[in-house]
Amino acid sequence: MRAIVLALGLILHAAFAAAFQVEEETFFPATGDEQRVLSILSTTDTVILRPLIAGFQARRPDVALRYTMANSQAVYAAVHDEGLSFDLVISSAMDLQMKLANDGFAAPYGSTATAGLPGWARWQNRLFAFAQENVVLIASRSGLGDLRLPQTRRDLIELLRDNPDRFRGKIGTYDPELSGAGYLFATQDARQSDSFWRLAEVMGGLAPRLYTTSNEMIADLKQGRLLLAYNALGSYAEPRLADDPDAAVIELEDHTLTLLRTGLIPVAAEAPDLGGLFLDFLLEPEGQRLLRDEAGLPPIDEAALSGRPHLRPMRLDPGLLVFLDGLKRRGFLDEWNAALSRN
Amino acid sequence: MRRAPLSLRLRLVLQLLGIAAVLAIVLYFTVRTVADQAAEATQDGVLGAATLAIAERLQGGDDDVGVDLPYEAFSILGSISADRVFYRIEAGGTTLTGYDDLPLPEAAGAAVTPVFYTRAYRDTEVRIAAVGRMVLVARKPVPVLVLVAQTRQGQEAIAQRVAQRAAALGLGSFALAAALSLLTAGSVLRPINRLADAVGQRGPQDLRAVDHPTPAELRPLITALNGFIARLRGALSRTETFIAEAAHHIRTPLATVRARAEIAMRQSTSEDTRETLRAVIRAVEESSRSAGQLLDHATVVYRSDRMADERFDLAKLVETQAEAFRPTADLKDLTIRLSGTDTPVIVQGDRPLIEAALRNLLDNAVKYSADETTIDLSLTGGPEARIEVADRGRGLSGQAQARLSKRFARGENAGDVIGSGLGLTIVEEVAAAHGGRFELTEREGGGACARLFLPLG
Repeated sequence: MRAIVLALGLILHAAFAAAFQVEEETFFPATGDEQRVLSILSTTDTVILRPLIAGFQARRPDVALRYTMANSQAVYAAVHDEGLSFDLVISSAMDLQMKLANDGFAAPYGSTATAGLPGWARWQNRLFAFAQENVVLIASRSGLGDLRLPQTRRDLIELLRDNPDRFRGKIGTYDPELSGAGYLFATQDARQSDSFWRLAEVMGGLAPRLYTTSNEMIADLKQGRLLLAYNALGSYAEPRLADDPDAAVIELEDHTLTLLRTGLIPVAAEAPDLGGLFLDFLLEPEGQRLLRDEAGLPPIDEAALSGRPHLRPMRLDPGLLVFLDGLKRRGFLDEWNAALSRN
Repeated sequence: MRRAPLSLRLRLVLQLLGIAAVLAIVLYFTVRTVADQAAEATQDGVLGAATLAIAERLQGGDDDVGVDLPYEAFSILGSISADRVFYRIEAGGTTLTGYDDLPLPEAAGAAVTPVFYTRAYRDTEVRIAAVGRMVLVARKPVPVLVLVAQTRQGQEAIAQRVAQRAAALGLGSFALAAALSLLTAGSVLRPINRLADAVGQRGPQDLRAVDHPTPAELRPLITALNGFIARLRGALSRTETFIAEAAHHIRTPLATVRARAEIAMRQSTSEDTRETLRAVIRAVEESSRSAGQLLDHATVVYRSDRMADERFDLAKLVETQAEAFRPTADLKDLTIRLSGTDTPVIVQGDRPLIEAALRNLLDNAVKYSADETTIDLSLTGGPEARIEVADRGRGLSGQAQARLSKRFARGENAGDVIGSGLGLTIVEEVAAAHGGRFELTEREGGGACARLFLPLG
């Protein structure tokens, strides 16, 4: 009887797994005698976290690691709706991570590493941030010519208004309808200041190109298809544009959103202790050093925030749930589409 | 079996500790309750405000109810503590948005002010605020219910902290009260102890009324004590009078009878009559001595509790007593050889008592001496005054002094000699009352030797 139930469970698991859109799954065998397997579900590119995985396995040679990468919606759905079992869930979609934790899908966890986190970098003992990434404007210096680089949204709006022909079809930003991150950035922008809507209207008149990832936006900018990329992730931009003197990465001075990349241990985890160990490794000095130097993700640094007052880390609190509400989302996207004059 | 009543101090301390414990517990629960209520009221206030803020954003329309969830309403819910938040907006019986399994309030209908209730929800327990509004949809009123729920981990954390503080406060106040109750018990009982000391330190003859300053609560005790002292003083003075009266009333007639009998004996020519009179004299003598000794003993018992404390010359007293016994000694042709009385020996004590002791020693010596012998009565100063009475009587026959000194005990060899058995008891009691001692030993060459030691004045 038990065997049948188990078999049934496996079949169901396989069925869910089939429904679950995996972008990439990588297995890192244990470097020593394999004892246990840690499975991580993440929105972060495998390439980026590879040095950290190596660092972790150097410390724990008995642990093999299965790294599953998916987009933020798929990550959320895998835990929230499909009940798949992972030991650690890493995502840059703060709102969805917050909803997972709020709805009781995150197990409480505590260690000296998590206790060392500042209050704004964690929620309860369920959701922990390990990297802070700024949402930036990227401009092509050659494309702007003799125009001044904008430092605020007002500068940007004026720039676009004064030079509509130059920027028509040359502005890129996230499509909030298709991209979770884009939706998060747009809604938080809208919260921070009213200038967002004016910017949206101005951009809407200039036939903006909408993207679903920062990488595509950055690639198009490098190839000259874009002059401006609004709300791109700085952490993706900086390593890719480091050798490109033409690209200017701008933190707008009226406000620059700071995204927190967070991890949580699901209640359904089979090896929550291993999930906790990896989380600790991300937060410990060695892991934070690897994040900064090898992965190119800015580690949690309170001083970096207090020194630059224009940085606004998005608050890990139930407010993030508001824009996930169906009605609210519909209303916001209607507003967005109206601003872009697409209806 | 009656148990000894608890000491006042213990009783007072226990009762005060009991009260302190009760107060500490009451304090603990009061602080907890008040703090819990305050914390709950605060959180309810925030939750209610968030619910109302959402309700204010409800909008009617042509086909459906619209709502624009205010970001800050949710954000503020997390401001006191990081609590989980759930919400549900229900319009006309269908869930418009939010968590459609969030429990609805029991009382149906729309309340304009928020209704609060606590329910189990998912894996936790939540506090829910519900508020109702009527919204016009296509010009028809539709009842809309806004529910906002929040976990109470923050409140529980506050409650726990408060409970710890309250417990510490309770324990602290109990400890303080315990220390204070010990001090209080001490200070309350101090007048009683002082009174007890004052009464206890009085001399044996001090029968004055107690006028020690005491708290009002002890007045009745003092009054009763003084009344008792007054009665005791009266009884003692009556006893003294009675003893003096009795001694006088018994001795005087006996002396008269004895004198008459002796005269009659001398005048009588009939041997039978003389024999009878001799028996009478012996009986009277016995009675007189017994009465004397009984009275002496009573005097000793009475006076030793309230001895006079005067300095006097023991030599004079010894001389007087020797003189007083000479007529009796002459009857048996006894010589009383007196020595050591030419220099005064000053002692401190009760003269009548010492006199009674010496009288009994001489009486014994005269009584037990054989005819025509000598009684050596000597007084020495030295480190302590010593009166020694040595006779050539029948001695102690190896009987212990301790036994002979017992009340009404008489030596086995006393035989035909008249006596009550009180003599040595009196001597021993007088010696003890003065802090001296009494020795009775065999005398070398026959007879007994009695020594009474008294401290010098």
